[in-house]
Amino acid sequence: MKDEGRITGAAHDSVIHDSAIKHVTGRAEYTDDITEPVGCLHAYIGTATVAKGRVTALDLSAVRAAPGVVAVLTEEDIPGHNDISPTGLNDEPIFTRDVQFHGQPLFAVVAESRDMARRACTLAKVSYDRADHATDIDAAEAAGYPDVTAPLTLARGDAARALAKAQHRIQGRMRVGGQDHMYLEGQIALAIPGEDDEMTVFASTQHPSEAQHMVAHALGVPANAVVVNVRRMGGGFGGKETQMNLFCTVAALAARATGRAVKLRPDRDQDMEITGKRHDFRIDYDLGFDDSGRILAVDGLFAARCGWSADLSGPVTDRALFHADNAYFYPDVRLRSRPIQTNTVSNTAFRGFGGPQGLIAAERMIEEIAYKLGRDPLEVRRANFYREGADVTPYHQQVTDNILTRLVDELEVSSDYQARRKKVLDFNAKGGVIRKGIALTPVKFGISFTATWYNQAGALLHVYSDGSIHLNHGGTEMGQGLFTKVAQVVAEAFQVDLSRIKITKTTTEKVPNTSATAASSGSDLNGMAALNAAEQIKARLVAFAAEKWGVAEDAVQFLPGRVAVGADIVPWDDFIKSAYMARVQLSAAGFYKTPEIHWDRAKGQGRPFYYYAYGAACSEVSIDTLTGETRVDRVDVLHDVGRSLNPALDLGQVEGAFVQGMGWLTSEELVWDDAGRLRTHAPSTYKIPLASDRPRIFNVALAEWSVNPERTIKRSKAVGEPPFMLPVSVFEAIGMAVASVADYRECPRLDAPATPERVLMAVERLRG
Amino acid sequence: MARDHIRFLLNDREVTLHDVAATDTLLDHLRLTARLRGTKEGCAEGDCGACTVLVGRLEGGALRYQPVNACIRFLASCDGCHVVTVEHLRGTDGGLHPVQRAMVDHHGSQCGFCTPGFVMALYALWMENPTPSEPEVERALQGNLCRCTGYAPIIRAALAMGAHGTTDPLMDERAQVAARLAAWADGDRVEVTNGQSRAILPACVDDLAQVFAQNPDARIVAGATDVGLWVTKFLRDLPVAVFIGHLHDLRAVTETEDALHIGALVSYEDARAPLVTHFPHMTRYWDRIAGWQVRAMGTLGGNIANGSPIGDTPPPFIALGARLVLRKGAVRREMPLEEFFLDYGNQDRAPGEFVEKIILPKPAPGTLHAAYKLSKRRDEDITAVALGICLTVADGTITGAKLAFGGMAATPKRAAHAEAALVGQPFALDTLQNAAKALPQDFTPLSDMRASADYRMRAAQNLLTRFWLEQSGEVAALEDVQ
Ligand SMILES: Cc1cc2nc3c(=O)[nH]c(=O)nc-3n(C[C@H](O)[C@H](O)[C@@H](O)COP(=O)(O)OP(=O)(O)OC[C@H]3O[C@@H](n4cnc5c(N)ncnc54)[C@H](O)[C@@H]3O)c2cc1C
Ligand code: FES
Ligand code: FES
Repeated sequence: MKDEGRITGAAHDSVIHDSAIKHVTGRAEYTDDITEPVGCLHAYIGTATVAKGRVTALDLSAVRAAPGVVAVLTEEDIPGHNDISPTGLNDEPIFTRDVQFHGQPLFAVVAESRDMARRACTLAKVSYDRADHATDIDAAEAAGYPDVTAPLTLARGDAARALAKAQHRIQGRMRVGGQDHMYLEGQIALAIPGEDDEMTVFASTQHPSEAQHMVAHALGVPANAVVVNVRRMGGGFGGKETQMNLFCTVAALAARATGRAVKLRPDRDQDMEITGKRHDFRIDYDLGFDDSGRILAVDGLFAARCGWSADLSGPVTDRALFHADNAYFYPDVRLRSRPIQTNTVSNTAFRGFGGPQGLIAAERMIEEIAYKLGRDPLEVRRANFYREGADVTPYHQQVTDNILTRLVDELEVSSDYQARRKKVLDFNAKGGVIRKGIALTPVKFGISFTATWYNQAGALLHVYSDGSIHLNHGGTEMGQGLFTKVAQVVAEAFQVDLSRIKITKTTTEKVPNTSATAASSGSDLNGMAALNAAEQIKARLVAFAAEKWGVAEDAVQFLPGRVAVGADIVPWDDFIKSAYMARVQLSAAGFYKTPEIHWDRAKGQGRPFYYYAYGAACSEVSIDTLTGETRVDRVDVLHDVGRSLNPALDLGQVEGAFVQGMGWLTSEELVWDDAGRLRTHAPSTYKIPLASDRPRIFNVALAEWSVNPERTIKRSKAVGEPPFMLPVSVFEAIGMAVASVADYRECPRLDAPATPERVLMAVERLRG
Repeated sequence: MARDHIRFLLNDREVTLHDVAATDTLLDHLRLTARLRGTKEGCAEGDCGACTVLVGRLEGGALRYQPVNACIRFLASCDGCHVVTVEHLRGTDGGLHPVQRAMVDHHGSQCGFCTPGFVMALYALWMENPTPSEPEVERALQGNLCRCTGYAPIIRAALAMGAHGTTDPLMDERAQVAARLAAWADGDRVEVTNGQSRAILPACVDDLAQVFAQNPDARIVAGATDVGLWVTKFLRDLPVAVFIGHLHDLRAVTETEDALHIGALVSYEDARAPLVTHFPHMTRYWDRIAGWQVRAMGTLGGNIANGSPIGDTPPPFIALGARLVLRKGAVRREMPLEEFFLDYGNQDRAPGEFVEKIILPKPAPGTLHAAYKLSKRRDEDITAVALGICLTVADGTITGAKLAFGGMAATPKRAAHAEAALVGQPFALDTLQNAAKALPQDFTPLSDMRASADYRMRAAQNLLTRFWLEQSGEVAALEDVQ
């Protein structure tokens, strides 16, 4: 029953995802489902089979002669620039002869069918002048490889002096693995040539504006000639923030060369071989603390496997440093990044954007202290939380919104942490083959793009004369529910039912110069921009009504489905109709930029983040000390999303991020062989969690009392990335179970991911 | 006379095709030819489930639907079947199907790309059991990956689907569909070609024997859960393919007094019930083979015939003393399963010879059994180490021992030295640990992306300890812990 007093689908309501019904019926259209224009061709990319070297001969005659082949493209066939570097470093050719990783694109084939293009690709004869390659951080360092981009240092106080004086000092090293995005829908682009220099591209991309610029750049045409569209992605997770550029540009080049529409969809193996992943890190920490467990000083060096080019490695490694404190105050601190080049695919954005790799180092240091002092790690955590007088981060931003004390206290109670920890200790004391561990870890995550100019957004809103509303903004939908949330904001603003709002594809034609839908910022930015557009139209409507009815402006009120003008109640549709007749402009472009943030990278100082999102998780696990197998028995989460725009969707983000983060820290392992080939390039070899891997008991709650103190959209907080780091609790619980074999005397120092192999080896190491 | 076309029912339409390549897949037919684009491609290797559809066929007169991966299901093998895609689902009122309704209500989709596949897998489950338990749901979803939701909402939806209804239009049409499929069952051999390759569907087992003896270079395709990937991932051609998945005579499990006779085409799924009944120690092991779709397609004969060192059927079967029956033309021969595996990629199988059945002796009194699998991910992962154990113990002394390992050598292989270290010794932890010490004499395992040599060896050794602990009534596996 519809409540006359309330619209359906207002802000803060748990409405379903706007595409839910289309998803379950198979009617949601993804890029590969779009009806192809007649005569559509298919492109495929030919790649290098060495990890480093010069191509001395590229014989493509057999490729050209293969059945169905229409064109072959190499670096000579690029009318514009042979570069898709997202940071303008000019270090990322589309096609190359200077091979820097196994799987690097050398050429593309365009054929009548995808199968023909794929087969033709295998016929290339390529000769190489091989060079020695380095696929990992240690090898690259030993070979004197450079950084792909300028490193960052964050410092406050004098870490060296404080470490020298500290009561306790521990130095350690931790390795944290990378992660493939494994979006279920792979990369894809469909390019359709138009008249003059025009090109329209449909692609699975989180960053249509960037794809637009890259295509223009490669074609040598101005950006105004290129349109990029995306209705939805089958998952992105950061893997389509820059990685689609290759596929968009190649499809567009092929379309330009042939004058026909061209679709490019790599198979899963090529997708995983060609596209960047989460950076793996090697972290060296030097930690000083006192008898009470308080941290005195930290000196950390964060080396990251960046791959052959910079891509987003600069901001990713920066964000690792921004989160190397997690929730803890470091009185004296120095943190340095080392974004090192390697002969592997160029690593890129992935949910958390380096933050998780920084955060996990902080939690490792907490573990070190706890094992050294024989304390419950939770006590050590509490002793080091940011608090009054100890609230300045290594990047000199003051933490003013910390809610972790309350959050952790509540979770400690709701998860029954203390009693269960005691049970776990008792269980392990029996000395069986199966051991248990439990850990409660917090998350504090900074929200905003650290590239300050990215924190802007636009929206375009039309109210048609029949009262229906067309909503468009620069954000992209990849499953996170952004379109639903923004539509709820607009519905709320106009007080119309959500069903009156048509959600439309993201296109560079409607909103220009957009930022990537990334950094969890989608609703924060686009929600505000859409609201701004709605407010503009509302202001015009109010002025119009006040004049027409002869009432004061504050006598005009937007009620559910109707407008009150003085004593008159006008149904929404009639109201809009009369506004139209009175020639009121019913369309507006909205805009928003995040206030108050600034960042001086050279100094390592500023306020890069508008606010922080918080959360905490308590995880209990079992491990098999004979085989290293693990199982997550129970997880309790309490997460902060401020005033949720849509609790159902936000819960979904928390649950999903948790399991994805668990995968990163347990079963997802990237393996390169000695020839520099990635061996884990499909779900058969790269194991993301399955339904049966999810926690046996999984209690997820939102901190309903939390309200964002900053003026964000409806006082909500970003949710995409922060919960990804909650499963550090799983990782630490596994560590505890391992440590039990040596009676917790030693910090287990697990490296990630904690595969059965790593767990078993750690058990055997601790047993001595 | 062979029939020169295939015909099947696609949702509510009859499809007749003459021009079919042996390598054409069902998924390409759906997406590119029939332009039914609700079925997605996520991996083209049977691992993600995004392409899940139902394939129904007549079995003993009854219509049975099973979930399959359309990406590796060959089109020619759909002859005589009813293919049901997500587009065909609807509720009795013409609206959402109960499974779809539950998914929507529980926020079971985010990006939605995996969703049609989940809906179809859950639909298959709902048909069998609209109110499944949580473990049943997990087992049904082992072949479906979701990267967005963390699965929790999908499980909630699965547990609720029965509450949204237990009938649908497809159920009402069952008799009609069965009648149409039955009318097609002409008992003819089918031979289709696209001019470059030939796909042959023999009429019966004897026909197969004849076809294969005459075309010894032909490639037999049973469940296609291996051959499918040769095509989709490695672009291999199949000049002549003999599809045999439909041959009922080889799909039976028969029981004699002292053995089970398992036809080569019995699927992993259909083998489950008899195996679990007679060899309860294999229950958990069996449930960790692939996901439901692959279990419904893949056959025991194929798993053995492809000779993989990491196939899961051989280790426990060798430990049980399984025998293999091979047939060429009218000639049959029988051998112990372990003797079939000569070397990596080389089996004792003559050209034109095929696996007809597997004979699995029932456990003898006084024997102790176990089957273990280790992999990076618990479910739907390829084995790092597998072990089948059969010990005969009399008065506390081990009188017979079979330890058959997978993943430790170029073939599934028994551990001769370790077995020797067991026989004649008391059944005690020390004995098993001594046998473990002998394992390096039996094996020099490889390192690869699944596990290092070191892990394989240590874990293999430790599994002997696990066995002793379990036999002593101790908790030694995660599943047994509260
Ligand atoms: C997603 C996925 C998960 C998997 N998980 C597992 C797993 O957990 N454990 C495991 O062991 N395997 C697993 N596999 C591998 C696969 O199931 C087997 O290797 C496969 O061979 C099973 O048989 P099939 O009927 O599908 O074989 P097919 O692919 O049809 O054939 C395989 C080979 O055997 C030959 N062949 C088949 N039947 C006969 C016969 N009767 N006589 C002679 N030759 C024959 C074929 O010619 C071919 O060379 C998985 C595969 C996939 C795609
Ligand atoms: S597409 Fe992944 S299983 Fe078929
Ligand atoms: S909803 Fe995106 S993969 Fe499942």
